[in-house]
Amino acid sequence: MHEYSIVQSLYDAVAGQAVRSGAKSVHAIHVRIGEMSGVDPGLLDTAWKVFRLRTICETAALDVEIVAAEWRCSLCGGLVPRGGMLTCGACGAPAKLKQGDEILIDRIVMEVP
Amino acid sequence: MCDSCGCGDTNLVPVEVQQRILSDNERTAAHNRHHFLERSLLAVNVMGSPGAGKTAVLEATARALHGRRLIGALAGDLATDHDAQRLSAAGIRAESITTGSACHLDASMVHHALHQLNCADLDYLFIENVGNLVCPAVYDLGQAANVVLLAVTEGEDKPLKYPVMFHKADLVLISKIDLLPHLPDISLDRIVDSLRHVMPNPKYLAVSARTGQGIDDWIMWLHQQEHAAVADHHRHAHV
Repeated sequence: MHEYSIVQSLYDAVAGQAVRSGAKSVHAIHVRIGEMSGVDPGLLDTAWKVFRLRTICETAALDVEIVAAEWRCSLCGGLVPRGGMLTCGACGAPAKLKQGDEILIDRIVMEVP
Repeated sequence: MCDSCGCGDTNLVPVEVQQRILSDNERTAAHNRHHFLERSLLAVNVMGSPGAGKTAVLEATARALHGRRLIGALAGDLATDHDAQRLSAAGIRAESITTGSACHLDASMVHHALHQLNCADLDYLFIENVGNLVCPAVYDLGQAANVVLLAVTEGEDKPLKYPVMFHKADLVLISKIDLLPHLPDISLDRIVDSLRHVMPNPKYLAVSARTGQGIDDWIMWLHQQEHAAVADHHRHAHV
């Protein structure tokens, strides 16, 4: 389960931002996780709840927005439906993943003095 | 507390970040990639299930390239250095990366191991990742290409069950192809059909480390990547 490693990186980024902003605590973290990112949102949340204990993020909720995979034709840009062959039905060109592989921090809500 | 109106509310400030969570790993991976490019060293991240035949294919690769290319390898495992020993015995300059409980390699583990391995004169570096079809797919190591092994014994629907791993593959080696005649319920066509559902433009080769079937095609694929890596290096050098 690599979600603990992801949470370690998430914590490092958030704590760094909190220190730079002179925050007293972190209240919420909004992240975007793509369906094709290889990160499981449920496991990420579990790992976060363990990792945040006795840190500046102790009470910080992790708000995860799941981004659905969107495949588009690499030639004509048409939508290629999920679940089938990843080639364009109209022109036969290979599809390209346009969204759905994100592992991103969107926003941090901090308490500042 | 809010000190503008005296309402007593906590002063909460939202900060827009838009930062990739694995940006530290990506920086180290870019550093590794720079090392590989300046040495014209083709680095390949070799992934697959435990027992898919990663080490056996690398042994067959060493036999096929003997006297023609110098090969190095970093072998990642949770415990033991058995794979690195096997690779060394096959003539590959190998170091092990023992990850303890970590289920994948990351760029800093590879960077650290590169300091132990003399790779100045190497042509190819194979990074044999921890046997796992989930976690290794998430981490860029600085490699030029991802190769994923899928043994015919693993079942035809493995790509559908682990789409992220196979989507990240530049090449899938369908391994242990010599066993296919003994597996009446497994069809190569159906394995390829599964790949087409997760890879837009699947590249695959059927190989057997035991009989040598398909190894020449695999070597040819490596040579093509090598030329692409050299061209990349020249392009970067002239920018």
